[in-house]
Amino acid sequence: MEEKHSIVVTVINRAGVLARISSLITQRGYNIENVIGAPTEDPNVYKVNFGIRGTDEQIEKIVKQLNKLIDVIKVEDISHKKNYILREYLIIKVKAKTSTRTDIFELINVFRAKILDVAKNFITIELSGPPRKVSRFIELLSPYGIQQYIRTGEIALRE
Amino acid sequence: MKGAEVVIDSLRKEGVKVIFGYPGGAVIPIFDELYEVEDIRFVLARHEQGAVHAADGYARSTGKVGVCIVTSGPGATNTITGIATAKMDSVPLVVISGQVKRELIGSDAFQETDMVGLTRPITKHNYLVQRIEELPVIMKEAFYIARSGRPGPVSVDIPVDITLSDIKEYDYPSEVNLPGYKPVYEGNVKQIRKVAEEIKKAERPLLYIGGGVIISGGCKEIRELAKIANIPVVSTLMGLGCFDSTHELFLGMPGMHGTYAANHALIECDLLIAVGVRFDDRVTGNLKAFAKDAKIIHIDIDPAEISKNVKAHVPVVGDAKRVLSKLLEYVEPRRKNWWNDTVSSWKKRYPLSYDHKDADGIPPQYVIDLLNEVAPEDSIIVTDVGQHQMWAAQLYRYRYPRTLLTSGGLGTMGYGFPAAIGAAIGNPDKTVIVISGDGSIQMNIQEFATAHLNDVNVKVLIMNNAYLGMVRQWQDLFWNKRYAATCLKRRDGCPPKCDGSEVSCPEYYCPDFVKLAESYFIKGYRVRKTEEVKPILEKIMSYKGPAVVEFVVRREENVFPMVPAGKSLDEMLLGS
Repeated sequence: MEEKHSIVVTVINRAGVLARISSLITQRGYNIENVIGAPTEDPNVYKVNFGIRGTDEQIEKIVKQLNKLIDVIKVEDISHKKNYILREYLIIKVKAKTSTRTDIFELINVFRAKILDVAKNFITIELSGPPRKVSRFIELLSPYGIQQYIRTGEIALRE
Repeated sequence: MKGAEVVIDSLRKEGVKVIFGYPGGAVIPIFDELYEVEDIRFVLARHEQGAVHAADGYARSTGKVGVCIVTSGPGATNTITGIATAKMDSVPLVVISGQVKRELIGSDAFQETDMVGLTRPITKHNYLVQRIEELPVIMKEAFYIARSGRPGPVSVDIPVDITLSDIKEYDYPSEVNLPGYKPVYEGNVKQIRKVAEEIKKAERPLLYIGGGVIISGGCKEIRELAKIANIPVVSTLMGLGCFDSTHELFLGMPGMHGTYAANHALIECDLLIAVGVRFDDRVTGNLKAFAKDAKIIHIDIDPAEISKNVKAHVPVVGDAKRVLSKLLEYVEPRRKNWWNDTVSSWKKRYPLSYDHKDADGIPPQYVIDLLNEVAPEDSIIVTDVGQHQMWAAQLYRYRYPRTLLTSGGLGTMGYGFPAAIGAAIGNPDKTVIVISGDGSIQMNIQEFATAHLNDVNVKVLIMNNAYLGMVRQWQDLFWNKRYAATCLKRRDGCPPKCDGSEVSCPEYYCPDFVKLAESYFIKGYRVRKTEEVKPILEKIMSYKGPAVVEFVVRREENVFPMVPAGKSLDEMLLGS
């Protein structure tokens, strides 16, 4: 069954390492849906989280290929693992008329999101949380009219 | 110490004896350093592609790392085909390219190209040296990565100002520190015992061996295993030479142009022991029929090859030689059974054959077949790509590893001749025979100069059918004889459509290979009659040094057997 997989790649912090990962995935015929990379507690080590679609078998092949990259220390497909804390960050700009404002505020409260800016016709909100919560929040805001949003894609840490 | 000196010293520390290459602006400092060096030979090719293929031929025939130095920009891009060829066939190369100076990188400077970006998908690893202090470490890593694990090409791109700058403390590293790269050599013993168990249980076992066994040096072990357990053997194109092809257990090459016995054995075996192979589509045909009733054992050093195309029931990750020698401790002798008789009867009933009659030119297969008689036993055969390559694979009886050099994975026309020059330089006492076609040879024909000037013992046999024969064969069999763009005699004035039967067909061939060879001071011969083939082959084998022979062969000869692309291995066209 084709589904989205979350991959965490631990790499040596060297120039071009992100390009190596992304070009390998493209080269094998897959598409990265989201990607985020950042330094870790070890200055020589960098972590990249990304999401790609595929069957378990396909993803296993990609993981093996990624493991072959010289700069890659470790690759984990954490999609089916429960012992990971997953978080994602969202900034969203939603239309807010006087009539709908209270409803939106209530959603913000329920989701423990935070208002970043309020203007005459829209509100800018930030939210961090598990990716499903972020998706749900966007879904519930969409009837009001979403102007734009950006989400980071998930980051993961083992419990 | 200057960066250029570091480069040369690194090469020396890595035991490099020969470098192939071509100079240019961004590598003048390195070449200037080479000017003083006496213990490393430099071979100047006539095109960077020739240089990389030569380094590749040197590497495949000797097992050492092939080294190539070229300049930035076009020098670097000209190596791309050669690097990709080496990557597909797991050949250890270190390709050093110059780069514009660091302050110009990214400014579209003269002869600037993003070599790291270009070679990312076709190298095992690649480097852009950004600081002089990194240079010794990178050189060390490049050689280590190229030759260890599953070998492959490594590109090292060095900005010209780095080769000119000074390093304060230079000490060539004695070891590498690569936390992300730990090739597994020793196979898991539990898995290896399972393999022995499976062999014991099997009724219809088959060994399917490839280039990985040759690379690991495990051919002796394969021969022993096959003999102890009486297991018939099929070998991929890349594996030819690993198993003595004159041995009774040898069934030939399987796949698109494989033998009947090899293909049917693959379909009907109940245990497939795959060693150092990658289940390439040219071998397996349609995967649905491939080894459909068999348990699959897959021994390979590259974990990413396991279950990539065909699911392995017993995977063993490790170096073929080490896994096989461990396996030999556990494997029990097996007696021949009806399966052995069956495959032998296939082999007898459907041998490779060809039409010997001397009509419409020399049968190209005959020329190759004759090499079995006239070529020195330890000759190295190098091919280009196309029909002649398949005939060379089918008809020459390989007996020793590293005696067939051919572009199996990428299928690079123009590989053969420069690769042969590299092989001859690495094996000065051997005869190196290039089996080529009139199409392929023209793709790196400029290397005639390199062959003459280095007086290499390379015999170039051109099977001239005035066609791009393999493509023409497909057009003949599957495209209704519409020979689009495959006739090399075609010229302005030819009718728009021609299936080769036009009477107005120009008689002469362009170029005149004999004159061309002679213009490079190489002895050239043209053979039109079948009875002249043997004397000329004997003649060119009798002296050392390069020779070129053009065989005017039967134009419309096809390679059989043939499994059409995508069909299963039992859907073979056996030919007329």
